[in-house]
Amino acid sequence: MRGAAAIVGVADAVSPTGELDLTGRALEAAVIAEALADAGLTIDDVDGVCHSNSSMGLAEYLGIHPRFTDSTMTGGSSYEVHAEHAAAAIAAGLCDVVVSVYASTPRSDRRRGLSPMRPNFFGPNPMLEWEAPFGLRMPMGPYAMAAGRHMALFGTTAEQLAAIAVSTREWAARNPRARYRDPITVEDVLASPMQCSPLHLLDCCLVTDGAGAFVMTSAERARDLARPPVVVLGAGTCHDHSMISQMPDLTTTPGVVSGANAFAMAGITPGDVDVLMGYDSFTITALLHLEDLGFCAKGEGGAFVEDGRTAPGGSLPMNTNGGGLSYTHPGAYGMFLIVEAVRQLRGECGDRQVPGAEVAVAHGSGMVLSCMSTLVLGTEAAA
Amino acid sequence: VSGTGDAREARPARIEPPVTDASEPFWSATREQRLVLPWCTACDQPFWFPREVCPRCLGSKIEWRPASGRGAVYAHTVEHKPMMLSAVFGDAPYCIALVELDEGVRMMSNVVEIDPLAVAVGQRVSVRWEPLSDGRHLVLFGPEEPLG
Repeated sequence: MRGAAAIVGVADAVSPTGELDLTGRALEAAVIAEALADAGLTIDDVDGVCHSNSSMGLAEYLGIHPRFTDSTMTGGSSYEVHAEHAAAAIAAGLCDVVVSVYASTPRSDRRRGLSPMRPNFFGPNPMLEWEAPFGLRMPMGPYAMAAGRHMALFGTTAEQLAAIAVSTREWAARNPRARYRDPITVEDVLASPMQCSPLHLLDCCLVTDGAGAFVMTSAERARDLARPPVVVLGAGTCHDHSMISQMPDLTTTPGVVSGANAFAMAGITPGDVDVLMGYDSFTITALLHLEDLGFCAKGEGGAFVEDGRTAPGGSLPMNTNGGGLSYTHPGAYGMFLIVEAVRQLRGECGDRQVPGAEVAVAHGSGMVLSCMSTLVLGTEAAA
Repeated sequence: VSGTGDAREARPARIEPPVTDASEPFWSATREQRLVLPWCTACDQPFWFPREVCPRCLGSKIEWRPASGRGAVYAHTVEHKPMMLSAVFGDAPYCIALVELDEGVRMMSNVVEIDPLAVAVGQRVSVRWEPLSDGRHLVLFGPEEPLG
């Protein structure tokens, strides 16, 4: 599978106000059209679709008859899983051109008087029976528990977690499309209202509208298209629980498995990664990724981030679009990790461009640290 | 959260857990304030949450055995905006914890009868019972009580 498929088109829709005009399928169709145009392809070229709710409903709306379909729903990591499955399908010859799309407008839905579309955390059972009675806020509460245990076991501090929010905001300052761009300090994070301890408001991702899409085809066909191909070098997925009370170890995510498998397929080590797009639903989420993907040892994430190593100018550029913490976060942010990774590898990122980026990792995290999916992307030179 | 209206209306009570065929023995025992756990007779180990088969070996011979009701806080958080359980805790912050029982299983609960900000990972706790509307009880935890 390594090197067999490439992402050839991307698009995302975000807004500094946090709200978009379009919603639902219309918004999905808009970003798909933009991603196809980016690739130099048309909807007639598409013979595979991925959607985290209904690939059949999407295809019907678009008027296409795909021969590859994937409705995998693993929360925020769904789009990394879609990319993995699409690359495997293309490598196996099942289809030629796959589109994956995501759109959600929780912010403007409130204005429209619609109830926000939320993941069904309290879905029928067993969560209703064994977790819902205890008033744990979703999805923040489970991440707070993980942060608290990480602090108790490894001495990680609130200041170290805050440093991730500060570094990420520095990236957002360089992105004119980010929702929040004003610099913040560690003190600002600690002074923001406590939500679920030990997480403060500025340890938490935004709630915005947003949408995105990617187009993938064979590496061979990619060479003839509009943009420089971004090749799928490796992919891996793993989940080890659905409810937080069933997570085997609250300080170690299944990213240990998804990351190792994706890196092995790609033939890379953490030292080869030029850009890390690691899902930052909360500061603790990003810290766990750094440890579980092997950028530092378990328990050393706090020390790793506290001096700006992941900020602009640091040795590991992380979440260069400004992340879920400052760029956008509509609920299932994994699509935006892929879009930014592709733009960095094409050298399109302006003030926030990581010079000479050749290998980027999009690491999606779904539900409550439940499903990790790691995608290693590279330029043609890296392939 | 809406800032308007009668504050009492905005005070949700606890979600009362449903009962399934697999969990009926557990909930029945709570009527008498007894804590029981499902054990796989093949593995001779307890598991949590109750289900029809053992999550280690898929064996279906399940036996319900009494538990000590004692354990330690594995992880926890304090909700500082107590809107979800304000009918129970008023406006005060409250603690949600994963408690590891001495039998080796981990369950979600609230830690009560102690300042929530004083709860710590590793802290010893023992069971408390909160009545539900139908005679069952919810398993909560408080500071460990002396044996006897």
